[in-house]
Amino acid sequence: MIWNSGRECADRQQMQELQSRELTAMIRRMQENVPFYRDKFREEGIEPGDIRSVEQLKQLPFTTKADLRDNYPFGLFTVPQTDVVRIHASSGTTGKPTVVGYTQTDIALWAEVVARSLTMAGIHSGDTIQIAYGYGPFTGGLGLHYGAEKVGATVIPISTGNTKKQLQFMTDFKATILACTPSYAAHLGESILKEGISPADIKLRTGVFGAEPWTGEMRTEIEKLLNIKAYDIYGLSEVIGPGVSMECECQCGNHVFEDHFIPEIIDPDTLEVLPDGVLGELVFTTVTKEAMPLLRYRTRDLTRLHHGKCDCGRTLVRMEKCLGRTDDMLIIRGVNVFPSQVESVLMEMAETTPHYQLIIRRENNLDTMEIRVEINEENWSDSIRELEGIRRRIDHNIKSLLGIGAIIKLVEPNSIERSEGKAKRIIDERHR
Amino acid sequence: MLIKQLSVFLEDRSGRLTELTRILAENDVNITALSVAETADYGIVRMVVGRPELAKKVLEKAGFSIGLTDVVCVNMPDKPGSLYRILEILTDEKINIDYMYAFSKNAVALAVIRAADVAQVIEVLQQHRLQLLSQSDIYQL
Repeated sequence: MIWNSGRECADRQQMQELQSRELTAMIRRMQENVPFYRDKFREEGIEPGDIRSVEQLKQLPFTTKADLRDNYPFGLFTVPQTDVVRIHASSGTTGKPTVVGYTQTDIALWAEVVARSLTMAGIHSGDTIQIAYGYGPFTGGLGLHYGAEKVGATVIPISTGNTKKQLQFMTDFKATILACTPSYAAHLGESILKEGISPADIKLRTGVFGAEPWTGEMRTEIEKLLNIKAYDIYGLSEVIGPGVSMECECQCGNHVFEDHFIPEIIDPDTLEVLPDGVLGELVFTTVTKEAMPLLRYRTRDLTRLHHGKCDCGRTLVRMEKCLGRTDDMLIIRGVNVFPSQVESVLMEMAETTPHYQLIIRRENNLDTMEIRVEINEENWSDSIRELEGIRRRIDHNIKSLLGIGAIIKLVEPNSIERSEGKAKRIIDERHR
Repeated sequence: MLIKQLSVFLEDRSGRLTELTRILAENDVNITALSVAETADYGIVRMVVGRPELAKKVLEKAGFSIGLTDVVCVNMPDKPGSLYRILEILTDEKINIDYMYAFSKNAVALAVIRAADVAQVIEVLQQHRLQLLSQSDIYQL
């Protein structure tokens, strides 16, 4: 089923007309209400009245995370505070949080795009959805919540944590849908096994997972653990939260709700717009947002776009699963390396855990990458021959995937520091 | 005749082996035999101890990765040709040894042997009337 076929299946010309109309209106709102954008337009010699088409988007200035920080907390709001009904904030790893405001209309728009997303994954009013994303300033919990109510599903707003209660609600309330981060889904799956809960007592059919990058191997693992079909939902609070793009049953990329969030792919160095199928940085313009629209916001996420009709019937542009962030990308001996690629190699091997660390050094003007991998506590051999075999297999698989060699070091289980939030996976000693 | 050997994966970090033996000392675990196999980055400590289950528990609690591996302990006279005789028997039976460690003193020589099929090693050596240690010879009461 398609929630809003008028928008989701519009032909390219209809979509561009709609985008052009909304873009023109957004630029006008920015010029009138936000000193930051007014100054930016003046500096770059842009006459806002001249912007009439989405084709002109590439002439317009970018907005970066640093701009958000400089205008903390409410400097980029286009409406007076009386019109703002909610504020979300994401805790930055360093410094000030990123603040986002919503008007009543923005909240309704958010519910609409999440309703489209859930419908895309086959979720309907007969479903019971356990929302194990955090409720609070983080956009995950409340974002999913309103969209799930909009499709008429029964919502269990359990938020994150308290695994025992999660499992009790899941079985007692017969949840059919689980929404959370992929890593928490994997944890819940392992806990079900550990607690000895009978598969017959778990009614889950579908998972809606996002808020952190995950590999195809991780998807397979979660689907097996929970006996479900797992869908990727993509979003970031700066744009709106979850519901910026979503996978359909074809699972051939995420459909971007481009009638609201216009995506572009740019070369992060030259800032030129790149064509379909070329890897680059994802940029969004949130044309319909009222409280805090953003012009060409640089997400730092790296992916590719694909236009053209999907087998599901939607014409919305698709984005590939994000390979990682520009911040995470390493250039080693001229080769682009993402930690997610290393993770996908390790996930395929039973003898290691997905806990790893990359240490990059420069020795005699040559970059070296050391991969420290924890051996699996449950599954290791005390024979050097077998351990060396594992090391050689990792080495071989990394080399065939990345095209460069690495130094593989096996380390003790639990020796790599765990963190609650983002794992510290990269130690780059070249720039010290 | 199966002996449970404790295998420990150790990163090449200073003081790690000392820490391991400290924990065994504090828990009154006697070490009968010990060997360290090392690579450039890590080592495998293999030991035959008096209380393997207890040792495994306390070491795991302290964050060590422990495996229990079946091995055979052969008791032989401390004189030339003793080990040759045993290895010849195993070779004749086409049994591959994964690893072994041995020591002799005061007329007694002991060898700890690990092979893929330890039960077969026991059977073959017993047929040749070789003396194997049993758990009660080693395990602390």
